[in-house]
Amino acid sequence: MNGGTSRERILGRVRRALADVPPSEHPGDHPVARDYAVQHGERTHSATVGLLAENLEDYRARVHRTDAPGLPALLARLLGERGARRVVVPAGLPGGWLAGAPAELVLDSPVLTDHELDSVDSVVTGCALAIAETGTVVLDAGPDQGSRRITLIPDHHLCVVRTDDQVVGSVPQAIRRLTPARPLTWISGPSATSDIELERVEGVHGPRTLEVILVAGDPREL
Amino acid sequence: MTGTYLGMPSFPRAAEASTRDHRLRANLRRATHTIRAKRDRAVAELDDWAQLRAAGAAVKDRTLRHLDHYLLQLEESVTRAGGTVHWAADAAEANRIVTGLVLATGEREVVKVKSMATQEIGLNGALAAAGIRAYETDLAELIVQLDDDLPSHILVPAIHRNRAEIRDIFLRRMADWGLSAPEGLTDRPADLAEAARLHLREKFLRAKVAVSGANFAVAETGTLVVVESEGNGRMCLTLPETLISVVGIEKVVPTWRDLEIFLQLLPRSSTAERMNPYTSMWTGITDGDGPRAFHLVLLDNGRTDTLADGTGRQALRCIRCSACLNVCPVYERAGGHAYGSPYPGPIGAVLTPQLRGLASPLEESLPYASSLCGACFEACPVAIDIPEVLVHLRERVVEGGAVTVRGTRTVIKPAKRHATERAVMRAAGWAFDHPRVLRSGQRLLARTRGLHPRRLPGPGRAWSDTRDLPEVPPESFRDWWARTRGGPGRGGEPS
Repeated sequence: MNGGTSRERILGRVRRALADVPPSEHPGDHPVARDYAVQHGERTHSATVGLLAENLEDYRARVHRTDAPGLPALLARLLGERGARRVVVPAGLPGGWLAGAPAELVLDSPVLTDHELDSVDSVVTGCALAIAETGTVVLDAGPDQGSRRITLIPDHHLCVVRTDDQVVGSVPQAIRRLTPARPLTWISGPSATSDIELERVEGVHGPRTLEVILVAGDPREL
Repeated sequence: MTGTYLGMPSFPRAAEASTRDHRLRANLRRATHTIRAKRDRAVAELDDWAQLRAAGAAVKDRTLRHLDHYLLQLEESVTRAGGTVHWAADAAEANRIVTGLVLATGEREVVKVKSMATQEIGLNGALAAAGIRAYETDLAELIVQLDDDLPSHILVPAIHRNRAEIRDIFLRRMADWGLSAPEGLTDRPADLAEAARLHLREKFLRAKVAVSGANFAVAETGTLVVVESEGNGRMCLTLPETLISVVGIEKVVPTWRDLEIFLQLLPRSSTAERMNPYTSMWTGITDGDGPRAFHLVLLDNGRTDTLADGTGRQALRCIRCSACLNVCPVYERAGGHAYGSPYPGPIGAVLTPQLRGLASPLEESLPYASSLCGACFEACPVAIDIPEVLVHLRERVVEGGAVTVRGTRTVIKPAKRHATERAVMRAAGWAFDHPRVLRSGQRLLARTRGLHPRRLPGPGRAWSDTRDLPEVPPESFRDWWARTRGGPGRGGEPS
């Protein structure tokens, strides 16, 4: 922290600049009408899950559906089709998910270097929640998601969403469920850029292939 | 090294050249029109857009009206979460702080996430002077940096370049900065993006220090938010050991919940998407995940001066979405460089003269870089009445008056070049107050109409360079009224 002189100078300038604000007005007094929608339109839960799938696909994520017992076979098939030989997994990923996967599993750990991660083919994680209206999955570094870098450096991310309890309709609903003290990563489709003639191109630095698996039922006990 | 904004010509001089650049105009027209149509669709999906916009403006006003309170709260929250907060009154101090922090790590290179604040303070130049190389990692910033160019758009800094030009820049310059461009590189956007991925990957994996800005800083929780598309932001925010974020003091929002408004307004206004591909949120440091040291540098650099102006203050609501640029007829033709600042377009025309003060002919000319059509106000997701601020600043330029410069209240004199305009306006005001004088003057003008030149002589010459003189009618309205008593049917009696 620098001496504190600039801190006092800036705060002093702010206070002088706000001489027109009545002294009786307290922070939070200035009205904010929150009359915007909590979510846009009424939908059944299955319609919300359908909208999530539609919006994910619209931004070039690949979407798959299964029930909990079918998850290991689906993961094994997708990793096989990709030809993934080494797959990084968070420490808290249920052991049964990749039981049948034809790949070497690399455990997320602080001793794993970024270069080592760069040689891994795929990553498999759960998520904190998913937002239907925007086609977003949110990771909060929970035990089944691991540290932020493991979903960033590999070129292929398989993300499992429990449709029963992890899909919300809107951004306001997501904000209310998330914990800001955790590091959060909101992912809406694979990495992209609009920097060349404002045309969206998928695939720059993050995983160029994002596959989202919507699972009905509870796969946590697998 | 990127270029510098120092010594840029005034807007009309710069625009005189740029509006003749046909390739630039074609590139800009294509890009701005593409994004405009997409943005309209993204906004139309939300039937509560008007309410979200009003709430966004209100949250920003709530923050600005008690900015001291929220800054202190932010400092406390960030510190509690393991971060270190620094305060920078101006660009020089911010550069000194960041340079010192980088040198203290022993590193001599940093990776950077696109950041308007660090553009504004000229951080890359300051780092270079201290022997530190800063690598821009946003694709468009990379294009600009490789070409020793300047950004020309808030969201898409290389909007003035088309795909063929970008390919040439990559082939010519990438090798000087690291991994060279792949042989046989085409100008397909996907191939260009792939070239950038390869070029930057080794830098991300090697970097120990990153510099970023932030889109939002939540006072209540100490959470910082970076909204991006490519993943270069995530690379910079999570891989290095030390993260330094330079954030304008107006980026603070009071509560975590406030993000539910801005995370709907920003992506749809900016890239015209329901949501941008990646948004990172971090609160201080987290054991075993991401940087081990986090420094937040809070930047004033003219923001408190802007805050002191009751009308101009609303410009500090800006969330840097760039929607106003994309709809502006002046920006579309003049291009971003003509604005002589990292903040181009309508928002730049109100922000730059306030952040820097009306310090030179460039800043004095910016409030005039507008036709006051109001499209920017319509598009703004936080309802900044840009035309209102433009007119307010024009008055300041012409009439002078009280302003705050670096925290000190002072009175500026009217700009010299507007002396003739003021004299003419005074004379006109006097004539309107004296009906006989006005009548004689109008008659004189009507009788001499055959002799009127198409351009004004003397000091009025420059004014008539870009304007048609009004045609004087053969008879004034007053004379016509006196002669006809209002013309046929004047009684208006129903028959």
